[in-house]
Amino acid sequence: MLLSYSTSILVLQRLAIALLTLVIVSFAVFFATELLPGDVAQILLGQAATPEAVAGLREAMGLNQPAFLRFLGWLAGLLHGDFGISYVNNMPVADLIGDRLVNSLRLAGVTTLVSVPVSLCLGIGAAMWRGSLFDRIVTVLTISVISVPEFMVATLAVLIFAVWLGWLPALSYGADVSSFSAMLKAYAMPVISLSFVVCAQMIRMTRAAVIDTINTPYVEMALLKGARRSRMVLRHALPNALGPIANAIALSLSYLVGGVIIVETIFNYPGVAKLMVDAVATRDLPLIQSCAMIFCVSYLSLITLADLMAILSNPRLRK
Amino acid sequence: MKPTTSPFRFMSPRQMGYSFNWVGRIGLAVIVFWALVAIFGPMLQPYSPGEIVDWDYFGPMTHQYLLGTDYLGRDVLSRILMGARYTVGIALVSVFLACAGGVVLGMVAAVIGGWFDMILSRLLDAFNGIPSLLFGLVVVAAVGSSIPVLVMTLAAIYLPGAYRFARALAVNVNTMDFVTVARARGEKTPYLILREIFPNILGPVLADLGLRFVFIVLVLSGLSFLGLGVQPPYADWGALVRENIGALSFGAPAIIFPSVAIASLTISVNMFIDNLPTKIRDRS
Repeated sequence: MLLSYSTSILVLQRLAIALLTLVIVSFAVFFATELLPGDVAQILLGQAATPEAVAGLREAMGLNQPAFLRFLGWLAGLLHGDFGISYVNNMPVADLIGDRLVNSLRLAGVTTLVSVPVSLCLGIGAAMWRGSLFDRIVTVLTISVISVPEFMVATLAVLIFAVWLGWLPALSYGADVSSFSAMLKAYAMPVISLSFVVCAQMIRMTRAAVIDTINTPYVEMALLKGARRSRMVLRHALPNALGPIANAIALSLSYLVGGVIIVETIFNYPGVAKLMVDAVATRDLPLIQSCAMIFCVSYLSLITLADLMAILSNPRLRK
Repeated sequence: MKPTTSPFRFMSPRQMGYSFNWVGRIGLAVIVFWALVAIFGPMLQPYSPGEIVDWDYFGPMTHQYLLGTDYLGRDVLSRILMGARYTVGIALVSVFLACAGGVVLGMVAAVIGGWFDMILSRLLDAFNGIPSLLFGLVVVAAVGSSIPVLVMTLAAIYLPGAYRFARALAVNVNTMDFVTVARARGEKTPYLILREIFPNILGPVLADLGLRFVFIVLVLSGLSFLGLGVQPPYADWGALVRENIGALSFGAPAIIFPSVAIASLTISVNMFIDNLPTKIRDRS
């Protein structure tokens, strides 16, 4: 598919906005954490904080520079993969994050693999048999999952699968994942909890997207022609709903970002979110900043991706 | 001569009648129940919420302790009644701040338009690019957690959304004939905003306020659950779940009932908003 002139303009515009947003977001993250009461050098030195030592460390860390220059330096460091040094254990932040990021991405990836097919089936099904018992059950379930906090979904999942049914261990992650079944068990609870949260959003949006298409005159024409309900939805409505559905999928995956923070904490899963929550407890600012930027970047890219899909799938913009 | 009274009278809820269906009524009843608990809770609690009344921890539901006891042997019912004040109170104040700020800015942006509108919209949209729970985490990490900080943070998180919603509605109203007439009459911007735009977007804005209240309750509970929200010795419902997380493997009532409290509040607000008369919800 060749992009027409107007489409490429729109795409470029959207990308530019995403970039601008990213700059503003990094600005916000930096200044929220940097302009704190209390002197970092003093905190770091603790007992050994003689005025000379504090002054020396401030000089060495570049804290005497204006905040804006430090912001630029920090941003440039991020772009080069230099995330700074952790205050708490003096290790490079990049080393601390490395493995954790892989773990988190694995969790997010498995969750995506599970939830996308499930929610597509349920969402399209609910739209196909709209108003039926199946549709009503799905709607009530998704609304209830959406309107309770993520930690409650996780708590309920533990209560049901670990306590009452006794199928899975309650606190999941053992470091030694020897066999396939052990791995399955270790990932099961976090993935199940996270999938519930993401699926609920995705099902709702998919259903809305398909119903929007079903309400158009040409689908009604198919109905009047005597097409079966399944043919009407799958052959006629679905191809046109693909764009909005892809948009919905990307948007609901952005709920992973919030959900992952809670779920990793509950299940003690060694990912970036757990690292960040721990860093908040120890007020380890470089670590918090870097983790926050990782989350913001993934969130922003998912939202941007969703918008791009909406633009690209709009046939009116094609030549 | 008061031409603006007619849209306002049309909006008054009394004239439209509270024609809720039964789902909406149940939602309303639960909301009123929790509102009353938040106000009168301290009078109803059987024990002092901080008092250790039972030597056993994670006690079952008995006549003495209606909802069991928590990890220190405190009465769960009393603590939930206390928590209602924090959860409902903090969420209400923040949602009012967020919506008031968002709606005022949105209406001003829609009426003035031009550069002001564009810059404000871009800036607030950028803040939408930060996941809400994450923003709370970062701020709490930086400033430390106290109730004013929580209120301001939650309000700041949801202000851009309220702004976007109100602006979209106000832009629609702004193009209508009666606003053009008022402009031609020579009315000033404050008059346009207060007397022409605001009455016409009030219904949807109120519905939006309800939905935003749910989000705020969820984020507040999430923060408290992570130990970054309301600090001990006080506790909102999220903090109650956190401190009793050890009860999970016993399936004790201490962890179930705070969760039920949160769920009942958020689900019933959603039910109520979903079943508002369409005249209130979709005026646009």
